[in-house]
Amino acid sequence: MARKDLLDIASLTRDEIELLLDQSAPFKELFTRSVKKVPALKGKSVLMLFYEPSTRTHSSFEVAAKRLSADVTNFDVAHSSITKGESIRETVETLQAMRTDYIIVRHGRSGLPGMIARQTKASVINAGDGAHAHPTQALLDAFTIKEKFPDPTGKKVLIIGDILHSRVARSTSTILKKLGVHVAYLGPGSLVPKTGPENIRRFTDYREAMAWSPDVVYLLRVQMERQDVQFFPSLREYHRLYGITDARLEEIRQRGLYLMHPGPVNRGVELCDAVMDYERSLINDQVENGIAVRMAVLYWLKPGAELINLK
Amino acid sequence: MEITLTAEDIAAGVERLAQAILAKHRGHPIALVGIRSRGDEVAERVLTLLSAEDDWELSFGVLDISLYRDDFEHLRENPLLQESDIGFAVDGAHIILVDDVLFTGRTIRAALDALSDYGRPAKVELAVLIDRGHREMPIQPDFVGITLDTRRLDHVWVSLEGTDGKDQILVIEKPNP
Repeated sequence: MARKDLLDIASLTRDEIELLLDQSAPFKELFTRSVKKVPALKGKSVLMLFYEPSTRTHSSFEVAAKRLSADVTNFDVAHSSITKGESIRETVETLQAMRTDYIIVRHGRSGLPGMIARQTKASVINAGDGAHAHPTQALLDAFTIKEKFPDPTGKKVLIIGDILHSRVARSTSTILKKLGVHVAYLGPGSLVPKTGPENIRRFTDYREAMAWSPDVVYLLRVQMERQDVQFFPSLREYHRLYGITDARLEEIRQRGLYLMHPGPVNRGVELCDAVMDYERSLINDQVENGIAVRMAVLYWLKPGAELINLK
Repeated sequence: MEITLTAEDIAAGVERLAQAILAKHRGHPIALVGIRSRGDEVAERVLTLLSAEDDWELSFGVLDISLYRDDFEHLRENPLLQESDIGFAVDGAHIILVDDVLFTGRTIRAALDALSDYGRPAKVELAVLIDRGHREMPIQPDFVGITLDTRRLDHVWVSLEGTDGKDQILVIEKPNP
């Protein structure tokens, strides 16, 4: 059954997740052709509504939409009437009048994409809302892990960093658990919430976390811009305690672990420079897979479909 | 009323395709490209027969044309995709597209579009196991296994061993509305 919107991972069934991951592979195959574009969404319009800065997610969605032959319009929030006090509701009504087929939203407020979805016939895709969800990031992470582990059941993924502020941690751990992957968090006590999903191990000590024997080490970006309060003493201190230092990279190499990071990397904070040459780093795979997964999502959603996924 | 074609009829149809291709192109490099689903299986069977020939350069590929369809607007759900697999250079190749049933010609139109995004073939021909008529596009086959006289609304159900578990073709006649 096709859906109108993609707002989070939690409301997807395991079958829907498996379908989207399976359907991403044929899109990735297109990237090897001389013409990487297909006419599937010819004549459809995609509107990018980004209230927060983003280079990677924004351009990934834009490339995905263009490779499906959709027309992409950037709703330039910085220069729009929103800065003149126009409400979100008025903006959505404007977009509705433009008869756009897809709206891709990023906003600092949790739940805002869902609110827009309820007010429009267009398919709404959440490209990150507050600390709530980032479903396409979760899908691309799961797809990247499944490329290495076709049956990921029972594999272990250690997520390191600022769990508290991270919609990536939330969405990615949700999808991984739905696929039967074991997830653990590692970070400073102030950044790893004690409440939250059950059966996620929580570590504050790097060595203890490595003794758990993860298959994949997933570094989160330290989000300087999201921290009004200081949660750890200094970046150098953070790198020493939780970053992948040269010595830790050597251990990771010897154990043959995969490394992931949603980007952009703060070099010298989450990762040392040498990680860029690590043969089991999946960071570039994540970027490429992000386009394929987003194409699969755009292709799967049906604008104007009955409003079946309202929560 | 129903018409049923058996595994023997299908085998004879595949044999006819192979013989016609052989007679026309023996010794010249060609690439068979089957259209998913079932066109790929027909193409495989033809390839098996042609492979008995010595010194003949044969290539093989599979094409999924879902992303090139012209009827998305009319579908409640978009068709499921499968991977295409074109393992040879399309530029300059002599390609024979292979499908199970030729009907309106829209699938072949889509396949030609898809193929051209892989490169510029020197020549493209069309081989179909069944031609049931009722074209909506100016597309005609170069090689035909079985010609069926059908009415526009009839359903032609093709089952093939590798895809559906058995070889059989059913023509189910539908009364005109």
